Amino acid sequence: MFGGFTLQELGSIFAMQAFAGLILFSVFLLMALGLAIIFGQMGVINMAHGEFMILGAYMTYLTSHAFETYFPLFFSAYFFFAMAIAFVVSGALGLAVEWLLIRHLYARPLDTLLATWGLSLIMQQAFRSIFGAREVGVQLPDWMMGSLPVTDTIEVQINGLFVMGLTLVITGIVALLLFRSTWGLQVRAVVTNRTMSGAVGIDTRRVDRLTFGLGCGIAGVAGSAFTMIGSTGPTAGQLYIVDTFLVVVFGGAQSLLGTIASALTISQSQSTLEFFMSGSMAKVLTLLIVIGLLMLRPQGLFVLKVRR
Amino acid sequence: MSSGKRPFDLDSLSRRQLLMGTAAMSAAALLPPAALAQQFPTAKVNTTGLAVTDTEVTVGILHSVTGTMAISETGSVQAEKLAIEQINAAGGVLGRKIKFIQEDGASDWPTFAEKAKKLLVNDKVASVMGCWTSASRKAVLPVFEQYNGMLYYPTFYEGLEQSKNVIYTGQEATQQIIAGLDWVSKEKGAKTFYLLGSDYIWPRTSNKIARKHIENFLKTKVVGEEYFPLGHTQFNSVINKIKLTKPDVIYAIIVGGSNVAFYKQLKAAGVDLNKQTLLTISVTEDEIDGIGGENIAGAYACMKYFQSLDNPNNKAFVSAFKKMWGEKTVIGDVTQAAYLGPWLWKLTVEKAGSFDIDKIAAASPGVEFKEAPEGYVKIHENHHLWSKTRVGRAKTNGQYDLIYETANLVEPDPFPKGYQ
Repeated sequence: MFGGFTLQELGSIFAMQAFAGLILFSVFLLMALGLAIIFGQMGVINMAHGEFMILGAYMTYLTSHAFETYFPLFFSAYFFFAMAIAFVVSGALGLAVEWLLIRHLYARPLDTLLATWGLSLIMQQAFRSIFGAREVGVQLPDWMMGSLPVTDTIEVQINGLFVMGLTLVITGIVALLLFRSTWGLQVRAVVTNRTMSGAVGIDTRRVDRLTFGLGCGIAGVAGSAFTMIGSTGPTAGQLYIVDTFLVVVFGGAQSLLGTIASALTISQSQSTLEFFMSGSMAKVLTLLIVIGLLMLRPQGLFVLKVRR
Repeated sequence: MSSGKRPFDLDSLSRRQLLMGTAAMSAAALLPPAALAQQFPTAKVNTTGLAVTDTEVTVGILHSVTGTMAISETGSVQAEKLAIEQINAAGGVLGRKIKFIQEDGASDWPTFAEKAKKLLVNDKVASVMGCWTSASRKAVLPVFEQYNGMLYYPTFYEGLEQSKNVIYTGQEATQQIIAGLDWVSKEKGAKTFYLLGSDYIWPRTSNKIARKHIENFLKTKVVGEEYFPLGHTQFNSVINKIKLTKPDVIYAIIVGGSNVAFYKQLKAAGVDLNKQTLLTISVTEDEIDGIGGENIAGAYACMKYFQSLDNPNNKAFVSAFKKMWGEKTVIGDVTQAAYLGPWLWKLTVEKAGSFDIDKIAAASPGVEFKEAPEGYVKIHENHHLWSKTRVGRAKTNGQYDLIYETANLVEPDPFPKGYQ
């Protein structure tokens, strides 16, 4: 397939392909971060993660309309407000869900799977009743569309750059919180040994609630960002959930670094394979690679060394 | 009714509005309904125990109003309810008002089969308007054949099927594909095609027909063919590949949420659809609502109906639809095909002079609906519709401009020779 192309053309295709891989990496990481910190901290797999993302997307939709109607002058900047609103709303719902539902089920981790799955169905139907069954179109400010020409043949997507920047910032904030704040210290303590942490006076319940809220809030921001690249509909959250689980499980719970490494591995293999074969086959091969590696390392790529 | 949705509220719409929105008034409808019903006594027109009384006849509506497919099927439900209201306002069928029982397939194929059985066995409905995906149709087909029901199926689909118990009001694959490819080859001088699709039966069968036509009949070339899992959201790699192969035409059959991701990313990657020809058979006005007109403007779609069609039937239909369901609703190809279902059934019943399934199955071929929004349709011996193929171009406001339509009605051919 490379016959008949000049070296320069090939070079630019490879450059753009590398960029496509990086975008995919950012998207995966952004999707998985919220789920990863919840799973790592509490061992709860939040099946409604995708719906929290879509909640963020709908908030973006509403914000865009509000700005269009009331502050048309500032429309080009609405996206930043939308992300903040998405974070607050999804995070608040996360806190509420933890308090109402999840905390009663800590002793039965398998049941949380079922409960959050039920929650995801409830949220889907709620979206459908409120916003209608049809997908909604989120209008983006003009500056976020299109691409920047780097050279004559290489073009870089603006929304791709935006997602990459956002992922960098959010990962940075999460890392800072985890390793430099009291909350982070407590989280790491609870992850290492929950009983012992409780014994030395850490309010593990409170740490759990904050973590769940933060994880859901990040999901909301991710959903808000994904209105640039994907659809916003009641069931659109399902589109992301499989890839998200894959990244988290493959990375190994309890490790930020693992999540990053796993997102990088999966995105690069998928985007490279997709270039050389059909989309469905690329997915199959990516899954085979992940299964193979998980057989060698059942605990995931990175694990905390803990004495049990 | 199992659906959460409230049935259409008659009080909100005056009878006069309905009558004004009614495009069709058959001669029989001019008689007062009671007199007409006496002319066709129930014992005569209903020999198989269907839910037909002296004043009423019950039909079923079977679509997903919950689950993934609710996005697509909502429009069909709305169109069918509109058609039923209009038929009732115009005097009903053989003097009998249509009552409908709506069931929710919940985007789950076994549920569709179960609800179909309920409608046929318990409710004894005289016909069913329903299903959307091929998977749901395949699931209910044995039920309709076993209990001898009649299904009006609205979606364009892959063909390779024909049943006494189904009337296919959408296009089968060749009706949607071949004329469009001929047009793009002639008008755009297209020599190379890149085929894309979601990975399931309809896009694969359709692309197979497209490839045969491109290679064997047009003598041009397919430079790539790719499938993506349903719900795929990352298209940057394939967009790079398209840039590398520089096809004259991107032929896209991507469905559902993937559609939105594909067109948004195509635009972001700097592919200008005003310069790059893209022909799709899977994006109706309904889908553009989610994609955003600014992301797909310039693309061509091959359908049999566009909301913007300029004819009196369609104008009446669009205004009646918007009056009933809101100014903002859009009408896509399948929605229009769903609207045909109740009307074709009414016309067939009147032609047969009976509600019996066997009689309407036999009377169906040749039934004409001259007031169809798409123009004029006629049922073929194979229970599909004769209809025109049209090419439209997407505009930023989410509507299509009609660019081309076939001069004559295209014959439905669900088992095309030379394309298998």
